[in-house]
Amino acid sequence: MNGVHDMGGMQGMGPVNAEQNEPVFHAPWEGRSLALNLAASAWGKWNIDASRHEIELIPAAEYLRMSYYEKWTARLEELLIKAGLVTHEEIASGRPAPGSKKATPPLTADKVPSVLRTGALASRAVAAAARFQAGQPVRARNIHPDGQTRLPRYARGHMGTVDRDHGVYVFPDTNAHFLGEKPQHVYSVRFAARELWGDQASARDSVYIDLWDDYLEPA
Amino acid sequence: MSERHEHQTVPSDPALRVKALESLLVEKGIVDPAALDALIDTYEHKVGPRNGARVVARAWADPAYKQRLFQDATSAIAELGYGGRQGEHMVVVENTPAIHNLVVCTLCSCYPWSVLGLPPVWYKSAPYRSRAVIDPRGVLREFGLEVGEDVEVRVWDSTAELRYLVLPERPAGTENWSEEDLAALVTRDAMIGVAKVAAPRRAGA
Repeated sequence: MNGVHDMGGMQGMGPVNAEQNEPVFHAPWEGRSLALNLAASAWGKWNIDASRHEIELIPAAEYLRMSYYEKWTARLEELLIKAGLVTHEEIASGRPAPGSKKATPPLTADKVPSVLRTGALASRAVAAAARFQAGQPVRARNIHPDGQTRLPRYARGHMGTVDRDHGVYVFPDTNAHFLGEKPQHVYSVRFAARELWGDQASARDSVYIDLWDDYLEPA
Repeated sequence: MSERHEHQTVPSDPALRVKALESLLVEKGIVDPAALDALIDTYEHKVGPRNGARVVARAWADPAYKQRLFQDATSAIAELGYGGRQGEHMVVVENTPAIHNLVVCTLCSCYPWSVLGLPPVWYKSAPYRSRAVIDPRGVLREFGLEVGEDVEVRVWDSTAELRYLVLPERPAGTENWSEEDLAALVTRDAMIGVAKVAAPRRAGA
């Protein structure tokens, strides 16, 4: 989706303001929002790609206005509703629907260390043909999917060189929409800064982007 | 496919909105409040840039470890006990006098949680995400880092599930330092690539 989230190369966003001695959370609700997202994801009703896409569906003006954890909260409400874990009415009222049964949370405090320590692998131990190899020139395809994609706009149509093959990973463009994992190779592709931005960029510099097989074509 | 969010009936104040959501989810048995506390405690107190600093210090002190870090960063980092969520697939890139690496996620805010903790606000901000790829030298200048024209800047856009850690240059004057002392020099910003590790003011700290 050509959304406002796809920010690479945009201008006019202002200077980077780094806060000195920044706390992990600026207010307790930020931590609660993060924790609610992680705990609710333990239901296994959605995957990381669907979860990222839900943030990208926040209307552009809201996306730019909201802080990170505000977006996480809005995203979680949507995911919960779509998964059927809560209803619109329950979100609006803040109360369970009359007569609704109480569930058992899948993530309890004792499981938190092992769940975080294990994480979730996005790689897949399946055979998939690598269409490209290190050193090969490639072009990022000029495609504009309406749904989830991890091919940034600023790379589309540009020439790069495969730097390395990371192995086989779940494909977000299908996985985010629950259309299957479609595992395929992910490559680190080196794009010369001048290929992307023209002569204003330094001739020495480059941008490395991790791209799936389906995002690339031979050049 | 793009089904936009529609309902805006929830409280506009973020603290109230999260509180209402938490109370609903606890009452429905969807989340366990003790698990929420444990999750927050982990990222406030247990997982943070000290983890990454220990990885960097080990790489500086032990050439064989450094080699393993480049061959298979995830396994090498796991040797020190770090890994898991948002660190499942790690890549380490090395700064040298000729190459300066900078990590960004232009599409969201992907970041190596297992070694750096949760990302700072600036890393998640529109200015950083938009400009790191088109004007890395300008961004670095805002962090007070002037990179010479003879140095190659490599920007790593974390568009997939690979997570990047920059191995900064070891500062002069730290020969024979212990790993613990070396780790104390390493900052979060140096491991993202927006700073260098400053040389110690006095040797043998």
